[in-house]
Amino acid sequence: MLLAVDIRKTFQSAERRFTLEVAFEAASQRVVLFGPSGAGKSLTLQAIAGLLRPDEGAITLHGNALFDSARGIDLKPQARKIAYLFQDYALFPHLNVRQNIGFGLQHGWLNPRARITHPQIDYWLDALELTSVAANHPAQLSGGQKQRVALARALVAQPRLLLLDEPFSALDSALRQRMRRELSELQTRLDIPMVLITHDPDDVAAFGDQVVQVSDGRVRENHPFAGYARSES
Amino acid sequence: MQQAWIPLLLSLKVAGWATALNLVFGVAAAFGLSRWRSGARDVIDSLLMLPLVMPPTVLGYYLLVLLGRRGVIGGWLDRFDIQLVFTWQGAVIASTVVAFPLVLKSARAAFEAVDPQLERAARTLGVSETAVFFRVTLPLAARGILAGGLLAFARALGEFGATLMIAGNLPGRTQTLSVAVYSAVQAGDDSTANFLVLVTSVTCVVILLLAGRLVPQHTLLKSS
Repeated sequence: MLLAVDIRKTFQSAERRFTLEVAFEAASQRVVLFGPSGAGKSLTLQAIAGLLRPDEGAITLHGNALFDSARGIDLKPQARKIAYLFQDYALFPHLNVRQNIGFGLQHGWLNPRARITHPQIDYWLDALELTSVAANHPAQLSGGQKQRVALARALVAQPRLLLLDEPFSALDSALRQRMRRELSELQTRLDIPMVLITHDPDDVAAFGDQVVQVSDGRVRENHPFAGYARSES
Repeated sequence: MQQAWIPLLLSLKVAGWATALNLVFGVAAAFGLSRWRSGARDVIDSLLMLPLVMPPTVLGYYLLVLLGRRGVIGGWLDRFDIQLVFTWQGAVIASTVVAFPLVLKSARAAFEAVDPQLERAARTLGVSETAVFFRVTLPLAARGILAGGLLAFARALGEFGATLMIAGNLPGRTQTLSVAVYSAVQAGDDSTANFLVLVTSVTCVVILLLAGRLVPQHTLLKSS
């Protein structure tokens, strides 16, 4: 079993109460969590990454428990070796492209130097066509470049799983198609399992080897992609 | 005129120490307050902001009560033969307390403006909590902290009331610039007063000009 998630968490505020109750098992390398905004997809992804602590349940990756309330296991995000591609990319604005990509290679109290050289960084700069902007800061990059930097930064430490939070929503449609193709090729080449969340049926068509439908904090359907999403769009 | 340099240098020394202390304690308190989720937070915040609204002489009196030989802290320090009253170190403490809220307020606003998503991103990249603070949170808040530090320096440089209460007015030892101006005017020594006021004004302009250059430009850029 690649990834098994079975978690519950209740959010209580003065106005509303929201219960997240998600259970699915990833049988394929490409899993899409599909559902409307506010359904709890991002929360699920955060729980897998260790950024959100569920009230109870278990999360298992490659047979290792990342979280298990019954056994008192809750690995810190730092120890999970899971890459997270944030919706707005979350690039560090005070660091250049080189430093952003190399961020996870150094674990000390200092950021990498502006001219850091490391075979991994150079490999990713080259692979994602970022060499010409290596010294730029995130504010000087285009949307597609930002996404590539975020991908490189996430993949440089060779994670065990790649989580993507609405990765194409900030891009225009032409770029979106291109980045889908790039990501798809990259995933095949690296052979890294990924979980992608989206509310765009086109993403489901491109990546949904297995589709988990989430709505109102709950899993509705969980099955291999059979083509229904494409016919909707 | 020669004598005017002595209070100026003393003022710079006192204000420099007060700013350095505030950059450590004010920033630490600001970070704590910005991350702490508790009902007591507002009460603590109000207490820490008190020096901003209280008259400096009142603060000075409190400090005298605490740090004087018969005070709780002063009595304890006296056993180690450390005296703070009528010393420049006492002036540093007075200036630190008076300027503390300025650093606290700016630094807290700066910490709260840091996108938590960036800290989360750093965590998923395997970087420890301490390293996240020094590599992401602190650099992104640096501009606000620096602005607060400069305000604190300017405030400490002009400190009068609390300093006079605790450190007194000993020429060459605890007589800072603003106290020296007061003494000169009281003594009817207009030429010294004029000179001191001029020196103070020029110093302040230089500080402001330096401030504009010190602040790194790239921290202006926001993540998009």
